[in-house]
Amino acid sequence: MMAISNHQSNHRFDAPRLVNASPLVQAVGLSKRYGAIEAVTGVNVEAYPGEVLGIVGESGSGKSTVLRLLNLEEMPDSGTYTLDIPSVLGEDLYQLDRFARREVQILNIGVVYQNPHLGLRMRFTSSGNVAERLLITGERTFATLRQAARDSLAISEFPLNRMDDPPRVLSGGMQQRVQLAKALALKPALLLLDEPTTGLDVSVQALVLDTLKRLQRERRMTIILVSHDLGVIRTLADRVMVMRHGRVVEQGLTDQILEDPQDAYTQQLVHAKL
Amino acid sequence: MTTLSDLAQPRQDYSYGFMDAYAKRELRRRILKAIAIPGYQVPYASRELPIARGWGTGGLQVTLSLVGPESVVKVIDQGADDSVNAANLRRFITRMSGAETTTDTLKATILQSRHRIPEEVMQEGQALVLQVPDPEPLRGVTADMSKAHQLHADSDYGQMWLLLYEQLVRYRQYIQGASYPSLVNGLYIISPSPIPRWDTPKLHQAAHLTLLSAGREKRLYAVPPYTDVYPLEFSDVPFQVEDQQGWVCKTTGVQNKFMNELPQEDGTSQYELSDSGYAEKLVKNEAVGATYYDDQGDFYYDGYLKPPVQPSL
Repeated sequence: MMAISNHQSNHRFDAPRLVNASPLVQAVGLSKRYGAIEAVTGVNVEAYPGEVLGIVGESGSGKSTVLRLLNLEEMPDSGTYTLDIPSVLGEDLYQLDRFARREVQILNIGVVYQNPHLGLRMRFTSSGNVAERLLITGERTFATLRQAARDSLAISEFPLNRMDDPPRVLSGGMQQRVQLAKALALKPALLLLDEPTTGLDVSVQALVLDTLKRLQRERRMTIILVSHDLGVIRTLADRVMVMRHGRVVEQGLTDQILEDPQDAYTQQLVHAKL
Repeated sequence: MTTLSDLAQPRQDYSYGFMDAYAKRELRRRILKAIAIPGYQVPYASRELPIARGWGTGGLQVTLSLVGPESVVKVIDQGADDSVNAANLRRFITRMSGAETTTDTLKATILQSRHRIPEEVMQEGQALVLQVPDPEPLRGVTADMSKAHQLHADSDYGQMWLLLYEQLVRYRQYIQGASYPSLVNGLYIISPSPIPRWDTPKLHQAAHLTLLSAGREKRLYAVPPYTDVYPLEFSDVPFQVEDQQGWVCKTTGVQNKFMNELPQEDGTSQYELSDSGYAEKLVKNEAVGATYYDDQGDFYYDGYLKPPVQPSL
């Protein structure tokens, strides 16, 4: 006993950066019912600047509902949500009026859906889809919109010779890149990914994940990633939250959860996957 | 001997102006509301008329609720007074109201129109009634009408420019042929009926009252006299009207008015004035009023139309 505590006290231990920073996202006690169905019960979400938080769980576990609540698409029945952003510092975003909430959402949160039909206008040009984000913030100069669309598509590694093709004629992987470019167009502090690579074949999935990883490294964005694919979670996430029946059953560092799951359900999940 | 039937009102098959008193009163109230809130789409209970929905019932209801025995009515369809639809409507309106009819823009007190605003500058006291097929300018970007109402309420119109963006990317110019979305009084965006881009600037600071009514969609809206109307545009790509440079009317020889193109058998085209009432006056050598576009093609409201810019992609 003695030896161990000596060892610890002698060791020069720098606390990880994450521990010293204040969380960018802090949601406490989120609950949401749809009629008789309790989709989410008392979920806390904390994500630090530059961190990738993974949320895993089976279908119907409430992970997409949590993401919708964090994207301010829906209001919870109870719970608070703050973002560490100068304009709304310390304010509960669910208490803001419609206009203020929409502004926070547009300027600070980007989202990529599993189904590109939810996030994109399939018959409009890809560049137009990206430019729309700037249009709704009031940009009215055509040249600026073109440049912003080009920049944003370039960083999500979309082939620029196809920037004026509608997403309808693009492959699934390219559609996800357009969604990503659209989400990143206004340089949001928080990026929400809802199963971004589900439905893509393995090689395309790897390429999209590469892009996400590079972007995360370069931009130090906070990402909250929902997936049921533990491979994706292992590649991207720093920390994992495991959800079941609308509750968080376990959370911790990705390696720790995936290598040494404590909760019975997590064990089952990990063994089923690996 | 005086009988009861002599004292009673003579029996009529229809009320004055065809519609019953309640319908006319409702329409008039809605029109007042529309004038009070320029560009706002006022819902109304669209009545059955002896013509089918989609054939100008919106415009006809407004005309019938405004018309009186002293009115002078002009009805135009695609600029022409003599098309079947215009002739039928005109005959019906006179029969139901006893109002006089005319083909002369300047003599009319009520002009019901589909697709065109006349070439001659309309004056104070005149009312232009436009038949609208689709009143909702946001339909191109939002399929959900309840959402569209909220966007109108919030003046949240950013997405409208997406339609223009698409046009510029594909064609390097605004190509929307009709219903060019325009901002009225700095607040509401309207879809100005199916009038061509050529006519849209005529609504700006116009001396006359414009009423736009959609019978099938049950909505009417107005551009009151002397109200700002600006077509949407990008700050670096100004709005343009149709380019009809060099199109000369085959019967009157005028230029720089809105023309109909008549394709010929040998592949060439001839052109004729779309505004038949104006053409008629020119042919008969009658005095014509001032026109919105002069013979050089300059718009009467100085500085409103800017020189064209082709955007680079």
